[in-house]
Amino acid sequence: MSLSPTTPSAAPSVTTGNNLLKTLRKLFSTPTSALGTSIVIVFVLLAIFGPLIAPYGMNEQFYDALRQPPSRSHWFGTDHLGRDVFSRVVLGARDILLLAGLGTLLAVLAGAFFGLISGYFGGMFDEGVMRFFDSLLAMPALLLALLLLGTFGPSRNSVLIVIIIVYTPIVARVVRSVVLGVKHKGFVESARLRNESLGYILGREILPSVLPALTVEAALRFSYAIFLVASLGFLGVGVQPPNPDWGLMVNEARPHVSTTPWALTFPAAAIAILVIGVNLMADGLKRALQGAD
Amino acid sequence: MSKENGQEYIIQVRNLKKHFPIRKGILLREAGAVKAVDGVSFDIKRGETIGLVGESGCGKSTTGRTILQLLAPTEGEVLFEGQEITSLGSSNLRRVRRNMQMIFQDPYASLNPRMTVGKIVGEPLEIHSIGSAASRAERIRELLEIVGLAPHMINRYPHQFSGGQRQRIGIARALATNPSFIVADEPISALDVSIQAQVVNLLDDLKQEYGLTYLFIAHDLSMVRYISDRVAVMYLGKIVELGDCDEVYEHSLHPYTQALISAIPVPDPESTFVANRVVLKGDVPSPANPPSGCRFHPRCRFTTEICENEEPEFRNLGTTLQAHYVACHHAEDFL
Repeated sequence: MSLSPTTPSAAPSVTTGNNLLKTLRKLFSTPTSALGTSIVIVFVLLAIFGPLIAPYGMNEQFYDALRQPPSRSHWFGTDHLGRDVFSRVVLGARDILLLAGLGTLLAVLAGAFFGLISGYFGGMFDEGVMRFFDSLLAMPALLLALLLLGTFGPSRNSVLIVIIIVYTPIVARVVRSVVLGVKHKGFVESARLRNESLGYILGREILPSVLPALTVEAALRFSYAIFLVASLGFLGVGVQPPNPDWGLMVNEARPHVSTTPWALTFPAAAIAILVIGVNLMADGLKRALQGAD
Repeated sequence: MSKENGQEYIIQVRNLKKHFPIRKGILLREAGAVKAVDGVSFDIKRGETIGLVGESGCGKSTTGRTILQLLAPTEGEVLFEGQEITSLGSSNLRRVRRNMQMIFQDPYASLNPRMTVGKIVGEPLEIHSIGSAASRAERIRELLEIVGLAPHMINRYPHQFSGGQRQRIGIARALATNPSFIVADEPISALDVSIQAQVVNLLDDLKQEYGLTYLFIAHDLSMVRYISDRVAVMYLGKIVELGDCDEVYEHSLHPYTQALISAIPVPDPESTFVANRVVLKGDVPSPANPPSGCRFHPRCRFTTEICENEEPEFRNLGTTLQAHYVACHHAEDFL
């Protein structure tokens, strides 16, 4: 609701925008999380502006320059098919970030939904949902992913579905645990006493308390999702050739590692650096958001 | 004050029960029940403050919450201004709830930490769509003033306030819809002693000014005596004694009440002759498996055979005008 702006307020009027800024400032307040956040920002920029940065096309072949070591014209060298590794790494950023990002987003939404409902209602429903999620968690993520991809067939959409199925239960658990701690507090009871709708109670009263934990969990899941996408690509059941998926590139370069080690090293390094960056950022987020209360 | 067809009683509770099932095994089979409230009946007159006292876990808070329909009663009826409310549908209940509010025990948990004070106090106005946005903002400022907070604090967050101030915010929220009945669930037990008096006096002032009716739940006996007109003593899910405050405190008819009252600290124990200090033996039995007969008999000094076998009736030993209910086989001996 709009409160009169003429209020002579001595207190800082905190808004969501300010909170975002405050969080960002906190992210850059320690060297490790600043590094992590910078890495993530660089990779996101690469994903957005990749086609402008990459000097060559992703499948452009240089038949006169096969297996070239890094040089001025090919910064990361060329692979056994004469493709520019730098261009492929840059252009591959979009795929992996989009797949992992979208998958994480959907898993977080689904996990938040199930976690909120399950935690709030409790009882048999909660029991049923959580036992089902437990059964999914009991299988190693990669095994579950292979199983699902075997069923759906390898494609981008399948990878997306796999990420959602693998990470929804984990997010739901985290959300549920916060909900359990909050739902008996006075402010939730007070909302029930006013006959607030279920949507309002979950969305306006409980969700804000869940958000910090949810944000941190989302960042962590994002880093795992990147790793999962790369792993599936490497195993050949994820993104299909000739797309410049980093995992796939590592796989393709593997038989030629003695002649073109750079074709394997650079995409592998890209995966490692991005995952580390996201992890460091998640760590910083945790400090910034959960230290606030 | 008594605009509603002159009803003398604002709340009538009839044989109210709230049992929480104990579930066991993977199939969550019901293996018994915690009888938190087990057959409680009393009336609250318009404009009075009734104190509800008892040990921790005796069902005081559950009684308050069940009256407000925060918990669905297992059995029994609650009448608000003559209307049965335990079976009301959601939209009817919403209308009734404008008139019933609650002040919570823990001021640190009862305010949403991520909302401003203005938003917290304004929420009830929004859900009941009272007034326009501008008039709501005006009302919020007025409410803050009523409870003794500066209106410019409207944009602050709960963590920027002290415990006493937070409790005032909780009171402002409860008052937002102009309720006639308020359940105060141990509103002062989480506060410093110096702040307790302020909050109790505030509640008392508000009662005079707005003609409120309180159900004041507490375990601080002297505070209850200070604020209440009548007092109900609960033990293990049942009311064992109910009567005018002074009457119950001066001439308690139930051994449990006597023990509680004898435990009230006196300012100078050495100069005051402390007669008949009753020390209760043992702990409160489990409400999942209450003792037979009179529930107090394992801890009572006056237990006889009848106490073990027969549940005492909750009867009036006072006059019709000044009722004094008690549930004890031997209450006449204490008259």
